[in-house]
Amino acid sequence: MTLLVYTANRVSDGVVVFLAEDDGWLEIPRPSGVIRGADMEMRMKAVAEAAEEAAIVVSPYPIEVTDEGGEIRPVSLRERIRAYGPSIHPEFAKQWPIADKGY
Amino acid sequence: MYQYDELDQRLVDERVEQFRDQVARRLAGEITEDEFKPLRLMNGLYLQLHAYMLRIGIPYGMLSSVQLRKLAQITRKYDRGYGHFTTRQCLQLNWPKLSETPDILAELAEVQMHAIQTSGNSFRNVTADQYAGAATDEIEDSRIWAEIIRQWSTLHPEFSFLPRKFKIAVTGSPHDRAAVRFHDIGIVIHKAPDGEVGFEILVGGGLGRTPMIGQTIRAFLPKKHLLSYLEALLRIYNLMGRRDNKYKARIKILVFELGIEELQTLVEDEWNRNKDGPLALPQAEIDRITRQFSAPPWQTPASAPNQPVGAVHAFENPAFEDWERVNVAEHKQPGYAIVNLSLKALDRVPGDLTAAEMDAVADLADRFSFGEIRASHEQNLVFAHVRQDDLLPLWRSLGVLGLSTPNLNMISDIICCPGLDYCALASARSIPVAQRISMRFQDIKRQHNIGELRLKISGCVNACGHHHAGHIGILGVDRQGEEFYQITLGGNAGENASIGKIIGPAFASADVVDAVEAIVATYLAIREVGETFLEAYRRVGAAPFKQRLYPEPNHAVA
Ligand code: SF4
Repeated sequence: MTLLVYTANRVSDGVVVFLAEDDGWLEIPRPSGVIRGADMEMRMKAVAEAAEEAAIVVSPYPIEVTDEGGEIRPVSLRERIRAYGPSIHPEFAKQWPIADKGY
Repeated sequence: MYQYDELDQRLVDERVEQFRDQVARRLAGEITEDEFKPLRLMNGLYLQLHAYMLRIGIPYGMLSSVQLRKLAQITRKYDRGYGHFTTRQCLQLNWPKLSETPDILAELAEVQMHAIQTSGNSFRNVTADQYAGAATDEIEDSRIWAEIIRQWSTLHPEFSFLPRKFKIAVTGSPHDRAAVRFHDIGIVIHKAPDGEVGFEILVGGGLGRTPMIGQTIRAFLPKKHLLSYLEALLRIYNLMGRRDNKYKARIKILVFELGIEELQTLVEDEWNRNKDGPLALPQAEIDRITRQFSAPPWQTPASAPNQPVGAVHAFENPAFEDWERVNVAEHKQPGYAIVNLSLKALDRVPGDLTAAEMDAVADLADRFSFGEIRASHEQNLVFAHVRQDDLLPLWRSLGVLGLSTPNLNMISDIICCPGLDYCALASARSIPVAQRISMRFQDIKRQHNIGELRLKISGCVNACGHHHAGHIGILGVDRQGEEFYQITLGGNAGENASIGKIIGPAFASADVVDAVEAIVATYLAIREVGETFLEAYRRVGAAPFKQRLYPEPNHAVA
């Protein structure tokens, strides 16, 4: 089954954020934000759209992820770069223990 | 250097306050992203992968040391302590917060800088030869005309919503260092046989997904008609350029679809109606702008004896000699030289400069080049007026900063766009490829043996890294989620402009540096005495390179 997480950029500073189960937007994707089942998918979509409406985030969309023992890792290279930071600037790396495993 | 008058300053200050209000309304949720986007783009603010990105215009690439120090201060205070020089002589900040951009713009306005029209479907930063006012082959200083165009094109009411973005470049020398043939309009200053100086106007050049070389629409335009002619040309484009398809909206497509002769007829008709109207340039106005670009107070030749560049300190220090031969150019004033600061050392991101380096470069510019710095479209910096007897101390100081790599126009002097490390439109990364190629060719002697070889990398078909104009061009493509790189050979940005041709199927990321190595090895094997890579390629064509790269059919994956 494809695992999905909602992501967006925060309006105030553009930083990449991921939607978590408690409806908050965090800089690290959490297992609780991984969509499991149609009900959750509809709810998370509604939360994301409301956050866009409220000018909290810009253009939210779902991305495919894997759950590796609680480490939520985006599947595409583009999304991994968004999640971990530019591959050429290790000093700006986010989630470095995961990012360290490669982009 | 051009100084804002009261009107310029008021315009920029007012724009900052307008944008401050727009940002406040966006943050308060009073306007949507769709409503806000065109407003932020008009002020050079993009949203990229990790953050917003602010593109600051540097008209014709010219900065004062005061401006560079301000940029350093801004990157420290509001960003992450570095900036990125682009292929259009702008500076990009990669991490500004939306909430702080009005303050950044206010600080820029203090030093007569802004980000107006560095995005959106209007005129972009007008670019020019980085050696303007110093080059030995110059007919006239291109900055004067770039500045006149800048004033005319800034917030031009008729042309604020063109079908697409519009880029103009000017060269005052026959040797084109500003890639004018790859601009929507390219302007070449010429001297007619009777001694009159005027302009050749080229139109319809561009890179992107449909690369085209600009064509001459007017072989000679008298100076006073520059703006009336540009206005006529832009009016035709504004009316006839396609707005139904963004990929067909640039003027190059109009030139292609109409043909240059028909466009020329339309423009001449329009121009003849208005050429002696209010846009005819009075000599007094040309003189006023010209005075702003008067030469700095050079020393007399007696106190600064002229020697051919390369002979100044020969035999004293081979490393210095290498740098002087490769990175230093002749100056029109006896006793002076033009110095290129390479932003392409091994471990650097092409075009990036840290805040500390900006401060240090500003100090060196004060000491050695009349407080003036130029950004080139090749993403390097230039000190345009250095005394020849200052070259050695300047070289030493640049060495401490890591800005003295003697690789100008060599294989490691790579033009490189931000690619997938930053850019929301990218298909693949470009900077790590540039870094790997630099590492592979790190032996500077080897680079010098290879000679002039312009390598350019773009992370997608938009071609911000000018790959079509590279002797070797590399284009990042996405093949089912994997980064692949397509190679073109034979492109060139100068007066003998050409568009590179795809050599064959794309290479996997792991193989692309080997492919470059194979291309270089092929060149070294076939070159004749004194022949550059481009000359050799033009002589023999693609076949030997193809044979070496693809010894067996379909060896590489498409
Ligand atoms: S060429 Fe593509 S990837 Fe590179 S900066 Fe331009 S749009 Fe971005």
